[in-house]
Amino acid sequence: MLTSKRLILAHFWLAFIVFGVALLLGAWQMLVRSPLVPWISNPEWYYRSLTAHGTVMGYAFPTLIAMGFGYAISESALGQPLVGRRWAWLGFGLIVVGAVMALVPVALGLASVLYTFYPPMIGSPFYYIGVVLVVVGSWIWVALMSINLAIWKRANPGKPVPLAMFANVAGSYLWAWTAVGAALELLLQIIPVALELSSTIDAGLARVFFSWTLHAIVYFWLFPTYIAYYTIVPRAIGGKVYSDTMARIAFVLFLVVSMPIGIHHSFMDPEVGAGFKFLHSAFTALVALPTLITVFTICASVEIAARLRGGRGLFGWVTALPWSNPIMLAVAFSFVMLGFGGAGGLINMNYQFDATIHNTQWITGHFHLIFGGAIVIMYFAIAYDLWPHLTGRTLASLRLMRLQLWLWFIGMIVTTFPWHWVGILGMPRRMAYFDYTNPALAVDAFSVILSVIGGFILVVSGILFFVVLLRGQTAPQTDSGPYRFATAVHPPVTVPAALNGYALWVGLMIGLTITNYGYPIAQLALRPGTAVPAVYVGGQR
Amino acid sequence: MSPTPSPSSPQASPRADNWHTRAIGVTVLAFVVSAVVGFVALPLAQPDLKLKDVWDAICSAAGVASRPTAEKPIEPDFKVSSVVLTPDLLNLEDAQSIGRGATLAHQCAICHGPAGISRADSPNLTGQYASVVYKELKDFKTGARVNAVMTPFALVLSEQDMIDIAAYYAYLPRLPSPRADGTPPPRIVANGDPMRGIAPCGACHGELDNKRGSPRIDGQPAQYILSQLQAFASGERRNDISQQMRTIARQMTPSEMEAAARYYSGESR
Repeated sequence: MLTSKRLILAHFWLAFIVFGVALLLGAWQMLVRSPLVPWISNPEWYYRSLTAHGTVMGYAFPTLIAMGFGYAISESALGQPLVGRRWAWLGFGLIVVGAVMALVPVALGLASVLYTFYPPMIGSPFYYIGVVLVVVGSWIWVALMSINLAIWKRANPGKPVPLAMFANVAGSYLWAWTAVGAALELLLQIIPVALELSSTIDAGLARVFFSWTLHAIVYFWLFPTYIAYYTIVPRAIGGKVYSDTMARIAFVLFLVVSMPIGIHHSFMDPEVGAGFKFLHSAFTALVALPTLITVFTICASVEIAARLRGGRGLFGWVTALPWSNPIMLAVAFSFVMLGFGGAGGLINMNYQFDATIHNTQWITGHFHLIFGGAIVIMYFAIAYDLWPHLTGRTLASLRLMRLQLWLWFIGMIVTTFPWHWVGILGMPRRMAYFDYTNPALAVDAFSVILSVIGGFILVVSGILFFVVLLRGQTAPQTDSGPYRFATAVHPPVTVPAALNGYALWVGLMIGLTITNYGYPIAQLALRPGTAVPAVYVGGQR
Repeated sequence: MSPTPSPSSPQASPRADNWHTRAIGVTVLAFVVSAVVGFVALPLAQPDLKLKDVWDAICSAAGVASRPTAEKPIEPDFKVSSVVLTPDLLNLEDAQSIGRGATLAHQCAICHGPAGISRADSPNLTGQYASVVYKELKDFKTGARVNAVMTPFALVLSEQDMIDIAAYYAYLPRLPSPRADGTPPPRIVANGDPMRGIAPCGACHGELDNKRGSPRIDGQPAQYILSQLQAFASGERRNDISQQMRTIARQMTPSEMEAAARYYSGESR
């Protein structure tokens, strides 16, 4: 029962439009620092583009997808119209205003600080205030998801919350709490300096605050993808979810263990004690658990579909899968990229291994493979699956969809594998210029050229994605029926209270944040003499 | 297989408490084990840390700042810059300050020109950042930078005099770019050389970006730029806080120094 179709479509369209622009910027960045073209001779252009690419891809794009998909889930899984639709439009409006406010100074070169802010670099206050507005807009969504679930629970006492909505609300709570770190950094530290109320900033404390946000935000990006694994894929390929309980456990585990682990981004930072680094490393190992549960459960669900279609044998069932179905293709590609990216992640979380690849192109390769690859390819799948129900028109170009997904998969592999390799060779990230005539860097040139080719394959795939959606607009109106989610082999009849609500898990999430972040933050905040002069970008002030 | 729960007792099964106890128990266990390993076992396993006891290990792992040693720091055998640049140090809109600066600047005109444009290969000061003029004057006064001609002038200036002179020169118009033909910058200016730790000149001194305390060197005499690079490289000049310029200049080849000097001065040869 989708009644807020315009609202949901607005979120998806805005998300994909800004994604398209940022995709072009990304390809341009790869080209200009490759050996293929003479250098642009001005690093400022590069960092300007990099800031815009990161801000859009990190904050605007996945947040809009999570919100749009969240509203769709709330209406169709709960079977009730969205309560607070005006508020939802307000949240959307805040994101539009915030995105414009943030990206105008970036385009003018007044905020080339990258999306991770990197104090003591300080850009235009409008950039930071814009980012805050985007976050505030998304918090409205968090509140609405919570309210809609509460209304449903009151009307359906004792009934298990549908899995899609259960996961959706868990994702929204994760986002609400993880965004607090960057919000504290922006409101207490950066914005006062950007407004010139203060001229020094505690960069170490700011980095710790940002790490609070920086890792769990990845799991917030991941939530729509995991929801699609569990609730779209089995239905789309004619199977059933292997275990509803396993899915719930995976989602609540993300809530608990994706938060207190962010300091693994700061392993090489001197301001955090080694004991806390170990603590965060250990909990990072635990975050592999919900992913492994998911891989097992989804593989089992897919096998169920294959056997229902007559698949036989230990591995022979794989051939019985509906490979011509774009959703099947997307989930397979997503899993391959998740596998490689996850393996890289196990290296990053390890203090000693991290030392060799920290701040190299390996890291860029890692997060593009996970986010740009495993996560975004499922965003495409979500759009393909949901679109006919939103527009009332069939997406008929199945061949084009398959080609688009293939190109995205190949492009992402060709882009990120050479990045991993040059990272091992020591090529640093966030650099605008490499002198490939230097014998020490000449060895990187071939791999860099390969990854540029990958980048342009991704652009072609991105264009095809828009072609598929736009061709859908010209199809005749049809009724796609109500939007459904996959059902479990054993649909839940009763669910333990702990897996039907969030109090326990949110409590553990906050508790672990306090134990793992409390002392490092308090120590840096209370210690005098840790602030350094701000470096204003875009000229002297 | 279909136990429909009655609305009056939703999910109030006795197993609910079990979930709470187990979840909290496992989490606490994971935390305690990690904490004991990270804060006690691993620090104590490292003899280099020279830890006295378990409490010392915990403090070390938590990142508690160790007390500074009682030994006195080694003082350098030369004067270091004592300048601290704060945003409110130089009020550039104070007309009185600019006026006083204009009067005081008469004594500068013999080398730096009556309008801050030198005809003697001394730096052109017209339109220079106030923070730069102030810092150099103060460094001359304290002896952090030494020059036979400049030092005697600076020694007699008061704090306010230096602020006023800086405000005056910042008030004067900037020189137009000496390169009307749009000559492309040499590699050392645009790219630096990352492999030798040389940042692009333009990243701090204009063209690409400008950082507080870095002079604008566009239009400065080639001979002056070259002599300062050589002085940084040899260690004769060392009032660059944190040694940025000494580190860079030491790595530059003579031809790179010349290329940068020629480019910024606008001299074609």
